[in-house]
Amino acid sequence: MREMSQAFASAVDLVARADPELIEIVQLSLQVSVSAVSIAALIGIPAGAALAVFRFPGRRGLVVTVNAMMGLPPVVVGLCVYLLLSRSGPLGGWGILFTAPAMIVAQTILIAPIVTALSRAVIEDLWLELSEQLRSLGVGTARAVLTLIREARYRLLTAVLAGFGRAIAEVGAVLIVGGNIAHHTRVMTTAIALETSKGNLALALGLGVILIAVSLLVNALVYLTSGIARRYSGA
Amino acid sequence: MARPAIEDQIAIPAGGPSIQPLVLRDLCFSAGGRVLLDRINLVLAAGVRTVMLGPNGAGKSLLLRICHGLISPSSGTVEWMGPGAREARVRQAMVFQRPMLLRRSVFANVDYALAVRRLPKALRTSRAWTALEVTGLAGLAERPAGVLSGGEQQRVALARAWALNPEVLFLDEPTANLDPAATRAVEEAIAGIALGGTKIVMTTHDLGQARRLAEEIVFLHGGRLVERRPAAEFFAEPEHDAARAFLHGELLW
Repeated sequence: MREMSQAFASAVDLVARADPELIEIVQLSLQVSVSAVSIAALIGIPAGAALAVFRFPGRRGLVVTVNAMMGLPPVVVGLCVYLLLSRSGPLGGWGILFTAPAMIVAQTILIAPIVTALSRAVIEDLWLELSEQLRSLGVGTARAVLTLIREARYRLLTAVLAGFGRAIAEVGAVLIVGGNIAHHTRVMTTAIALETSKGNLALALGLGVILIAVSLLVNALVYLTSGIARRYSGA
Repeated sequence: MARPAIEDQIAIPAGGPSIQPLVLRDLCFSAGGRVLLDRINLVLAAGVRTVMLGPNGAGKSLLLRICHGLISPSSGTVEWMGPGAREARVRQAMVFQRPMLLRRSVFANVDYALAVRRLPKALRTSRAWTALEVTGLAGLAERPAGVLSGGEQQRVALARAWALNPEVLFLDEPTANLDPAATRAVEEAIAGIALGGTKIVMTTHDLGQARRLAEEIVFLHGGRLVERRPAAEFFAEPEHDAARAFLHGELLW
């Protein structure tokens, strides 16, 4: 258990010294995962709402597929994005392999299904509850989708946070498409993997403690701000 | 939000020619092999307050939803036959057993319904205020709808329906979840709306409520229309055994 106390000591030390390398890594981690979760929300929430409201052939199959895609293995996603973005790949011309944008692409693919599937579930429940009232008022399907998204906004936040949690914590995809290059594509999880393989267990654990703390902080912030907003809207 | 003075308010347009009567012919509805409505023939005309009465499972709510156009019958027809029938979709409104309000202010809930009808903003605002005043809710306009009591919420639902200036208002057990005081407030609001010339069609299994509000009773039992008569006659002397049993509080299914 000595590693544990050392880990906390090194975590405290890193934070107390405001270690520039640590700050860089934390910043990049947040930048990549917040970008990915924003894009995933922009895609996933409308897609989930559409999946909840529109009836079309093959809908059930699509719902099952999206649900299953919540469990996509990060390494496999990383590998696919790697193949797409590598020089000889179809998107090789973009030249973004081993850059932060590549990591954003990989994480977006990883978490968009999570946001979509959870949004679908939330909005479908709400639609069941409100559909008669909205149809009675003469609300068309497109407007209904917008109304439902607005009605479900606080519950959708949980879907987005689930996506963020997955993005900030995953290592496989960012490692493969980012390459863990120091000062360039090194994020918290890849740094932890690297330090572990170098045998710096205390430092690795210390970074782990900071990762969990950052994740906790983001969730607490969102919870607090939505709580205040909720009180004002009485939702 | 500034409340416009009463004299500034635009009178609510009376609407075009009537969409009524509503004519149901040989209307049937079945689901899962069970016949839930069986050959209903009914004409609902303007004027009187119609109450659909019957025990649970009689098909009242289903029939109301079919009348409103939320559900299509399995067979038979439901048709607005008035000269304004083309406008039927926007000339009716419905209040459900649960208020089903949106998570926004009381005012915004009423305004939403008017925005769906594409009314200009100024007209929407004045009409929403009038609706809230008529239902005694003007003081709660800025409050989030979710924090109101059940009775107040149901009155917001009524205000929302009233703001649409419907020629016909359907109400499905609007007081089923309310205490006696709230029930009374809602009943008063319904009576007030009827006084304005709106045709009321409501369901209830509450005999007291039917006595207070109905001018005409449509009694349903087991998916069939058993009796349809002026309320006073119905309550004095029901023709059918099922209706008599129901009035005497003997449960029937």
